Amino acid sequence: MNDEDAQPGRAGAPPAANASLLSDTQFLDSLRRQMFKFANLQLGDVDLAEDAVQEALIGALKNAGSFGGRAALKTWVFAILKHKIADTLRQKQRTASASSLLREDEEEEDFSALFDSKGFWQADERPAAWGNPEAAVRNVQFWRVFEVCLENLPGKQGRVFMMREFVELESDEICATVGITVTNLNVMLHRARLRLRECLENRWFVKGEPPC
Amino acid sequence: MLNCQEVTRLLSESQERKLTLNEQMSLKMHVMMCSGCRNFGKQMHTLRQAARAYAKGEDELADNSDE
Repeated sequence: MNDEDAQPGRAGAPPAANASLLSDTQFLDSLRRQMFKFANLQLGDVDLAEDAVQEALIGALKNAGSFGGRAALKTWVFAILKHKIADTLRQKQRTASASSLLREDEEEEDFSALFDSKGFWQADERPAAWGNPEAAVRNVQFWRVFEVCLENLPGKQGRVFMMREFVELESDEICATVGITVTNLNVMLHRARLRLRECLENRWFVKGEPPC
Repeated sequence: MLNCQEVTRLLSESQERKLTLNEQMSLKMHVMMCSGCRNFGKQMHTLRQAARAYAKGEDELADNSDE
């Protein structure tokens, strides 16, 4: 409403701060890289991931003026990206036949390495207490381990785990998208979590965190 | 009496749905006596927190943290 807003050459003080955020190419480059990594992990397709990142960035930058700083903009951008990924996953599912993406019988897995014949933990597989997970999430090394563990999940387990925990879809939505039953989804999530926790424990929490 | 494999399944499912009272009771009984499953339960919580943080791009912010 006021005159200053209408003058292109003369931005007021608060908009200037935000404009500098967008002209900070180093920040934008690194943001784009992170987004791409995140999208590609879930979509497993470079082109689809690029598209999702592109759309999310355009959507977010339209409103960039209303963000106070990098952290706020980043949170917003990733929220939009998650929606784009959810959309893409739904579309992808429509075009591909569900069964080719997720074959239930391929998820057969032997638990005898983890549990004995009575279903109790094998002595050396019993989960240990994790020291200070709050500190772990502030350590950049931890996140690299987290990514490795995620990539080690069998494709379908990883996919549904990410749909559930990253994109935060509800069970029925994942089942509809992927074309599996709730029972099957629960089995897959259970296995994914067993694997992931084991991996994180072995590679991070029990091995000991590096000193700061 | 539930075994550890069943208990971890319930602990996992509790992230998707509310467990029945019956399930909750059996779970409590087991977890009271089993440190492995107790730790597993806490780790499910940590996994979710970590995944949500990661999905917000906080993994890269870790770099810039002073703490």
